[in-house]
Amino acid sequence: MTATTAPSPTDIAIPTPWSVRLMPYMLLAPAVLVTLFIVFFPMVQAVVTSLYDLILWKPNASRFVGFGNYARLFADPVFWTALGNTAIWIGLTVPLQMGLGLVTALLLNRDFPWRGLARALIIIPWALPSVVIALMWRWIYDPNTGVLNDILVYLSVVQSAVPWLADPDLALYAIIATLTWQGFPFFAVMILAGLQGIPRSHYEAASIDGASAFRQFVHITLPGIAPVLATAGLLRVIWVANSMDVIFVMTGGGPGYATHTLPLYAFVRARQNLDFGYGTTIAVTFTILLGAIVAVYLARTMREVER
Amino acid sequence: MSKPSTLRRILTTDLPVLVIVLFAMGPFAWMVLTSLTPTDTLNATGVSVSPAGWSLDNYVRLLRQTSFLGNMLDSLVIACGTVVLGLAVAVTAAYAFSRFRFAGRRLLMLQFLLINMFPIVLLILPLFVLMRKAGILDTHFGLILANATVAIPFAVWMLTSYVGAIPKSLDEAAMIDGCSRLAALRRVVLPLTMPGIISTGIYIFITAWNEYLYALTLGGKNVRPVTVAIQTLIGEYQIEWGLLAAGAVVGAMPATILFLLVQRRLIGGLTQGAVKG
Repeated sequence: MTATTAPSPTDIAIPTPWSVRLMPYMLLAPAVLVTLFIVFFPMVQAVVTSLYDLILWKPNASRFVGFGNYARLFADPVFWTALGNTAIWIGLTVPLQMGLGLVTALLLNRDFPWRGLARALIIIPWALPSVVIALMWRWIYDPNTGVLNDILVYLSVVQSAVPWLADPDLALYAIIATLTWQGFPFFAVMILAGLQGIPRSHYEAASIDGASAFRQFVHITLPGIAPVLATAGLLRVIWVANSMDVIFVMTGGGPGYATHTLPLYAFVRARQNLDFGYGTTIAVTFTILLGAIVAVYLARTMREVER
Repeated sequence: MSKPSTLRRILTTDLPVLVIVLFAMGPFAWMVLTSLTPTDTLNATGVSVSPAGWSLDNYVRLLRQTSFLGNMLDSLVIACGTVVLGLAVAVTAAYAFSRFRFAGRRLLMLQFLLINMFPIVLLILPLFVLMRKAGILDTHFGLILANATVAIPFAVWMLTSYVGAIPKSLDEAAMIDGCSRLAALRRVVLPLTMPGIISTGIYIFITAWNEYLYALTLGGKNVRPVTVAIQTLIGEYQIEWGLLAAGAVVGAMPATILFLLVQRRLIGGLTQGAVKG
């Protein structure tokens, strides 16, 4: 009890002035305040909006419906179609990007004269605006004048021109091919950095012990780049799930609902019908679903920061 | 190296790499060829592959008949504004994260990481409503704020790792010599972090320049960045692929050139976090 009234000698010896203790908070204040204002406040607003029946052009008809929008959502067949498409979208795009990126990285890790040039050129898809990518591929896929059909017909792979983006069974896969093209350089670069971190001596030791190239790959290369694959993979799952600009420009979600993913559905719904209540409900639901993957990524990254 | 092994290298390395490079370059190269083919030729015989059929006709039309230069200016203002806002608030935040251990540090770092993961669609709708109320819809300022939702968290994380790489003993030495904290930040840490700040700034510029959905939703009439303008080139009755391609090539050029210039350093920074994992 006396300790509280009489400060211990160490407290007197090293007083921490408030100005020093507050320093980090002062330094952080601008960034935190701005993000509170432009990210967290709108996010709360989004959750609130999702509980209302709000059509933007008739704001007076807005009314509180509780979880009514969510009930409507689960009964909405388009929601389930979009959810399925999102699963296909992520499930195919990310492994394809990773596979192609891995092959590219392994090749770029070898010695050849124009390695630097090849590395720079391969990155180009990454630097292009997504709207340019989407329009570019629409031009390539064009059923009448597109170059892809020309090539395939010339090589007799197909008999007649294929309407890549107009065929409900093909459109989603055509866009997945585009996104694979856009995203593989990211993986290539990440994995290449991982490969260069593996000590050469490991390979030398293995080849002295008579390990085949395949066994070296399985026992040295793969474990060496496993952390990179996991981190880059998680990041890409989140990124691919969120990205909808390419789909929006290529098909706008069509034909029918064939290329609707959840974020696109939310966006289209809010944009075309100005049905912000329902659109926001879709967005919030999608965010919650994505949250599981985000949580895994955050846990991994924060463990790093601790060290 | 003896001859057979060179041949072997060409077959197992050079050729596959060439295939991948062609795959990566092909679509954009096709776009460039399209932009160089005049519309009449394009409609009659398709894209002209030989230089004989090339002309700058589409580019001339792009600059004369459309407001593309004005759109470029809009993009430039927004991208530069985002860089300034993002870096200004992120530099001090990064310094705080890497030099101080304080209550709530973990939580605050986590929140910046979390923001980066938010679906853009979740923010775009409430931002539209809020900006309409605030009267900053369709202004440069509004789009700068919107782009900052991506730029700030990214810049904070990048810069935290850059500042963290500078030994603490340097700013401690400066402070013993009589500098205050802020003076140490300005005179010692800032100059040393400059390469990191520049590459972070350039990456923010590229993402803000390439951004499409915010620009489409929160801008569009008065303020029309290139990404939105390119799409309006499509034309009313039939798609003008030549003009569109010219717009796409010009619109993509600034970001692509910057990316190629800084790729080495940028990728170093981007991969650091992932490789350590």
